[in-house]
Amino acid sequence: MSNRKPETGAFFQRDRQWHPPAYTPDYKTSVVRSPQRALLSLDNTLSEITGPVFGHALLGELDDDLIHNFAKPGESAIGQRIIVHGRVVDERGVGVGGALLEFWQANAGGRYRHRREGYVAALDPNFGGCGRTITDEDGYYRFRTVKPGAYPWPNGVNDWRPAHIHFSVFGHGFAQRLITQMYFEGDPMIWQCPIVKSIPDKAAIEQLIAALDRHNTIPMDARAYKFDIVLRGRRSTLFENRLEGN
Amino acid sequence: MVQSLGYLKETPSQTAGPYVHIGCTPNFSGISGVYATDLGIAMTNDKTLGERITLRGHIFDGTGTVLRDALVEIWQADAKGLYNSPAEMRGTADGNFTGWGRCPTDMESGEYVFETIKPGRVPYRDGRLMAPHVTLWIVARGINIGLQTRLYFADEEAANAEDPVLQRIEHRNRVPTLLARKDGSTYHFDIHLQGEKETVFFDI
Repeated sequence: MSNRKPETGAFFQRDRQWHPPAYTPDYKTSVVRSPQRALLSLDNTLSEITGPVFGHALLGELDDDLIHNFAKPGESAIGQRIIVHGRVVDERGVGVGGALLEFWQANAGGRYRHRREGYVAALDPNFGGCGRTITDEDGYYRFRTVKPGAYPWPNGVNDWRPAHIHFSVFGHGFAQRLITQMYFEGDPMIWQCPIVKSIPDKAAIEQLIAALDRHNTIPMDARAYKFDIVLRGRRSTLFENRLEGN
Repeated sequence: MVQSLGYLKETPSQTAGPYVHIGCTPNFSGISGVYATDLGIAMTNDKTLGERITLRGHIFDGTGTVLRDALVEIWQADAKGLYNSPAEMRGTADGNFTGWGRCPTDMESGEYVFETIKPGRVPYRDGRLMAPHVTLWIVARGINIGLQTRLYFADEEAANAEDPVLQRIEHRNRVPTLLARKDGSTYHFDIHLQGEKETVFFDI
């Protein structure tokens, strides 16, 4: 964690035109899992402004290396070796230090290691598919993995997910909690996917597409993709007579 | 033209999908040996102060079918009403209580269970005390952005009656959707995503 004084202001209101709405019928499961009544807007109280923060002591040595964290000694996962890195900032551009990121993905063939999953593509005995890391004081993070494959799913009869990595992000307040998916630059499947298209604005979709980053590629080892994450900003506490920010 | 405010846009949400367990509760999903334990399964230890309670319930979709692939996280104050968070400025919370828990709904029964303590009261923005409550965040396949709600305790009638958040619910017949039913040391709290009994969800 940084030495910066913890911030206690309320979070900026979420732009729910930017996020996907709950009801997006082309993504069929959303039809019966979307609330029909309006959300009740709630000015942030202490219950939303506070949130759990996790220490680096939580992390094991290989937690940020999916190529090796499930592999037998001396072996490694099969697939295109990549580094995913970037910065977690808030809407003001301020780095979010100490943010726990968890990620999960299918293997290079598009197969998830999960009891409920039965896709014909084979499991990789050296690939689990989960990892985690905590951002440094400036909000930077990085991890190693293999590039996941595309994956068919029972929505339309011939629907395929683009290659993607799921991200779960903790900020500093529980109201910043976010789960999203990262896609890869140039993948034509992105623009055909009903889950991607649950997001109405093309610019918002582009915010989920990681760019190939040659400057951070390690020659003869792994290519790099850069994926920055933006969490909700928060109001400053300009006036001390207010309990919890402006 | 005026100056640009320069604010960034929040990264848009996407569904957690059916395999959220791989990343958030890998041991539960059958991936062992990567993390020693799944994060958030233990909120208390034997030194935690406060009244021990169990929270349990099911999540139902709009057809009344139980979700067996959801993930629930909770966030709550300790027995004295303090949050275990760097943003807690009123004092130091119980070091033996995390305040945060995570539980996947059972793959067969669909039930979620938290072993925790009953939270103390926390002030609202204007200083009035809120009733004891637990904040819930629900993600699953088919949910495009995590759903936020609150669990209140049905046996806290006096505190619930003066709670500033519950008071804001215009349709009073929806208030009971946020009340957990007491049964010994267990509180039952079912969540209905859609329909007649739809739970009140918040834009926080």
